[in-house]
Amino acid sequence: MKRIMGLAAAALLLTTTVAACGSSDDASRGADAPKATTITVFAAASLKGAFTEIGAEFEKANPGVTVTFNFAGSADLVSQIQQGAPADVFASADTKNMDKATGDDLVDGTPADFATNTLEIATPPGNPAKIDSLDDLARKGVKVVLCAPEVPCGAAAVGVEQASGVDIAPVSEEQSVTDVLGKVISGEADAGLVYVTDVKAAGDQVVGVTFPESGDVVNTYPIASLAGSKSPEAARAFAEFVTGTKGQAVLAAAGFAKP
Amino acid sequence: MASASWSGVPRWVWVPAGAGALFIVLPLVALATRVEWGSFWSLITSESSRQALLLSLRTSGAATVLCVVLGVPMALVLARTSFRGQGLLRSLVLLPLVLPPVVGGIALLYTFGRRGLLGETMDVLGLQIAFSTTAVVIAQTFVSLPFLVVSLEGTLRTAGQRYEVVASTLGARPTTVLRRVTLPLVLPGLAAGAVLSFARALGEFGATITFAGSLEGVTRTLPLEIYLQRETNPDAAVALSLVLVVVAVLVIGLVRGTRGSQP
Repeated sequence: MKRIMGLAAAALLLTTTVAACGSSDDASRGADAPKATTITVFAAASLKGAFTEIGAEFEKANPGVTVTFNFAGSADLVSQIQQGAPADVFASADTKNMDKATGDDLVDGTPADFATNTLEIATPPGNPAKIDSLDDLARKGVKVVLCAPEVPCGAAAVGVEQASGVDIAPVSEEQSVTDVLGKVISGEADAGLVYVTDVKAAGDQVVGVTFPESGDVVNTYPIASLAGSKSPEAARAFAEFVTGTKGQAVLAAAGFAKP
Repeated sequence: MASASWSGVPRWVWVPAGAGALFIVLPLVALATRVEWGSFWSLITSESSRQALLLSLRTSGAATVLCVVLGVPMALVLARTSFRGQGLLRSLVLLPLVLPPVVGGIALLYTFGRRGLLGETMDVLGLQIAFSTTAVVIAQTFVSLPFLVVSLEGTLRTAGQRYEVVASTLGARPTTVLRRVTLPLVLPGLAAGAVLSFARALGEFGATITFAGSLEGVTRTLPLEIYLQRETNPDAAVALSLVLVVVAVLVIGLVRGTRGSQP
């Protein structure tokens, strides 16, 4: 008898805990629903600075709408959306990953290109290896860090190499722009290829060296509201806000160019 | 059979225990169901996968040797001596266990990096650690060392000092006691600790990517390869993940084996 009571108590405990977890979640959602809307924007990591600012501007212009962000690599974001993550808007750092989302009919309408980005050489403060041009990256003894060809910034780096005929042998192929920047800022690497916007965002932690060949590889950023959105109007409004005057001004200030 | 012997465990304990087991096993099952078995072999034997697995095994092996060389004396000092600040030292040794790996990586970067604390000294000695396989081994040793120290210290304390005292009263010098009595006595514990360190080194990701970088055949270990493959080839990432799980299970099985033979 005691044993059964114990079992029942354990089961009860388990169900109430589970129920408690569930109900608190529902309560917060339920309370918000009538007067406020929350949209979740999945955006490429390189957009973090600009989009955080745009989000604040958008909330100011649309009282009652809250914007939350999930910043990560575009490929990660697409796979999360494909696995059913609750996203309302998707802003990708390249068209390839947006195409994956449109291919799976996850996008509402047609994606709009809203910004472009090009590569720039980042060097540690003082530019100790005296990097002046893309050719210098192929010089012997210069430790260059690139993104791996599998990730968008690495694909862009390969594009620049092919367009210019400069063959760079990196000491490391990093996972993301942030990893490349980290190695440059710490002085481990003499140079790295990152986006113009990353050099700008890093401030005086790095010195940027522009090179003419960067114009050969332009990365285009598309944005789209998503078919699975529970607040399609707010989602569409956010995508339009990004392509609108205010959004474009913020993006330009962050170093992005117009598509 | 089971009901005949008294286990002392209330029957209801099975419910949460079962839930806990499911919680660990289910994700592994889910992983296995996503493997493209048709192309499994070709995915895990691609040039980059092979390079990554071999590099992982090599560096983890080296890290384990370093762990034994550095960890056995540390465990001895912690278990057999007492001095002021020993408690603090023990906590510090445990730190890599609880630190986020990326923090470990950053710390290593500012120690052994080109502009790190020891960077200039090592530059003078002609040692270039950044972006080298050595950096991977350092990162793996940093995170694995506590596993060896903790497990061996525990064994040393459980084993006690009776035989050591007897040996020394019979005239054996401390080094002889260590070599002939202590180490043979704790060998199963040492083996278990070494295998655990190896397993931890094999799974090391954060400190490696932060400190060592990622270049095929040089610093890109299996976990880094999995992380990279996920971008373009999720099937390969899943297949390699399963390989890592299988290797880890085998390694842990080895620990269970050595533990089981302990008195």
